[in-house]
Amino acid sequence: MSATEKPAGGRRAEAGRRTGRTGGARRTATRTGQYTALLAYLLFLAFPFLWLLSTAFKPPRELGSLHPTWIPKAPTLENFRLAFEQQPLLAAAGNSLLAAAVSALVAIALATPMAYVLARYRSRLSRAATGWVVVSQAFPLVLVIIPLFLILKGLHLVDSRTGLIMVYVVWSLPFALWMLTGYVRSVPPELEEAAAVDGAGRVRTLVSVTAPLLAPGIAATALFAFITAWNEFFFALVLLKTPEKQTLPVVLTHFIGTEGVADLGPLAAAALLATLPSLLLFAVIQRRITGGMLAGAVKS
Amino acid sequence: MRDGNEATAPGRWNRRGLLAAAAALPAAALLPGCSGERRRRSSGGRITLRFQSLAWQQDSLKANKQLVAEWNAHHPDIQVRYVQGAWATVHDQLLTSFEGGEAPDIIHDASDDLADFAYGGDLADLTALLPTRLRQDIPPHSWETATFNGRVYGVPFLQEPRVLIANRAKLRRSGVRLPTPERPWSWEEFAEAAKRLTRGSDYGVAWPLKEPVSATLNLALSTGGRVFHRGPDGKVAVRFDAVDQVVPRTVHDQVNVDRSASRTTLGMGGSDTLPGFFAGRYAMVPLGFSYRQQIVQQAPEGFDWTVLPAPRGTSAAQGVSPQTLSIAEDCPYKEEAMAFIDFLLRPPNMVRLALGDWLLPTGQEALRDPALRVAKHDWATGTALAGSLRSAPAQSVRGYPEWKDKIATPGLQEYYSGAIGLDALRKRLVRDGNLVLARYQR
Repeated sequence: MSATEKPAGGRRAEAGRRTGRTGGARRTATRTGQYTALLAYLLFLAFPFLWLLSTAFKPPRELGSLHPTWIPKAPTLENFRLAFEQQPLLAAAGNSLLAAAVSALVAIALATPMAYVLARYRSRLSRAATGWVVVSQAFPLVLVIIPLFLILKGLHLVDSRTGLIMVYVVWSLPFALWMLTGYVRSVPPELEEAAAVDGAGRVRTLVSVTAPLLAPGIAATALFAFITAWNEFFFALVLLKTPEKQTLPVVLTHFIGTEGVADLGPLAAAALLATLPSLLLFAVIQRRITGGMLAGAVKS
Repeated sequence: MRDGNEATAPGRWNRRGLLAAAAALPAAALLPGCSGERRRRSSGGRITLRFQSLAWQQDSLKANKQLVAEWNAHHPDIQVRYVQGAWATVHDQLLTSFEGGEAPDIIHDASDDLADFAYGGDLADLTALLPTRLRQDIPPHSWETATFNGRVYGVPFLQEPRVLIANRAKLRRSGVRLPTPERPWSWEEFAEAAKRLTRGSDYGVAWPLKEPVSATLNLALSTGGRVFHRGPDGKVAVRFDAVDQVVPRTVHDQVNVDRSASRTTLGMGGSDTLPGFFAGRYAMVPLGFSYRQQIVQQAPEGFDWTVLPAPRGTSAAQGVSPQTLSIAEDCPYKEEAMAFIDFLLRPPNMVRLALGDWLLPTGQEALRDPALRVAKHDWATGTALAGSLRSAPAQSVRGYPEWKDKIATPGLQEYYSGAIGLDALRKRLVRDGNLVLARYQR
């Protein structure tokens, strides 16, 4: 190193240290900003649920306060008692569970082989089918409800759980198909080819090699189908007439009276209970969903 | 590529279980359909009627269910099954029930929701079925609310006047005269009182006008306002004359001129104003009579409140749309269904239903019941107003829901907030409104 280079090197090192300090500070500031934004976003998302939680445990006097508090001053379970006393919440939850579980299972059973075909056998037809699946998502609910009602009436499936389940399956099928196609594409075809070389037949390859790798994706898709059906209100309102068949979202409206006046405490308590299955399901299979989603996100 | 953990997934996901579940799906999907029950069972001459009630408050639910149980105990051959409906969804639910042939036999609703079903042939004409006792007990102006083309399609049984719920302590401090049912305020006195009750950031009155149309039209009846005028040819035309304008102008001026009414409550529902009322921000809130229940439940300890009659114009009249009981046209047991309605609306039972819903009965004998004439919770004030309740002006007008949603609601909201003047409001209500109604009257 020459004598003339030393000062230059020193300047670079000094500049590097300065840059390093500035860069570190900038990174810290950026990271702090990111976490703050993330926290704010999480709070924004959690706000309705936290408010529901707070309201469900408040006595009527606190609900009428001009300055409401997050934490109830005199927490009570009375709202839950009233909710169960006034409306058949358990029966409605059973109806919702049946409709959501069966429709999710049927949707998955139909979507999985379809997705496999769409992902593995590329042709003009499969591309057209994928395009149609995406386009079908654009139809709003109000556009289909009247024709759907008339079709189901012709089939004697109005006021029938079977009819409602069929509608839920049809409604969730395009999205399930679209999601699962991505998952199937993420499974390298080389694995199936290797199994074939080892002597496995088509069915054995599908069952022993492809299906296990698709399991997280299937779980994620089933969960979405389940939650969509669990929360669905409009189809259930229009299609089910007999009160004993009504689902939970429809029964929740029974807490609302004339001019939109609501029995707020019991309504909040019942709504809180209605959100629990979704939360529990997410909590139980969250890791698999994340794994499944990441697997479907990139092509290896 | 997937990692090793995921490659071991098949064991955890129990492949056989999954396959078995998938194979069982078609059968599982069909199972619920097998459980579909017949709407009516008939065994040994026994019939079962379905009574869809919209009761939603705890006391009301209890009263309805108890009355059904009492009926069933005394009528083993005519059993009534209580089924729960909801005010929020009743119109859509009934519409599709009638279409699907699955309507309940006895239907609880409100008179302003009956027109389409009555004209559409979904509800039975009750004229010949009504027992004399019921016909005579309920006054003619109540029957008017459920009469379409001269036929009765519902039995009006509970009604709700609009009253002023007031902070009594504030009123006393201000020195204003407390109005009574015998001597209510005029609209001018009401405006003056609201001004005197306005202090600093506290307002004399809070108008919860999220749904401004029915409140405006019903109160305007006191100044002779009708808005809807039926001609000799039976066609209805909208007018917005001087008598129709008194109430809207009073509200507008309170909000925008003398600022004695809160602007923020214009977009609120009745319940939303209660926290501010309890905190003393508003001295008076015009609300339905049944809001007393919420006030009793939610008001802070020692909060001193009272019920005042709504202001009067040329009369104390105001429009109401009573709750009704109807019978579906498809019901094969109309006489039995009417017998149940007659039982449900016997004077003592009507009183129980009224107390449960914090409303007023329509029946004259029930209105005389001492339980509804007590000072507690101002029941007596409400009962004294019952005689001045009339059929809401829009009751039987076809096209009213569209006129209300597309023309009147945005028009009144803009007028009350000061965005448009009275002339612009009149043009919208009349010119645009008549175009809407014309489509229903061709």
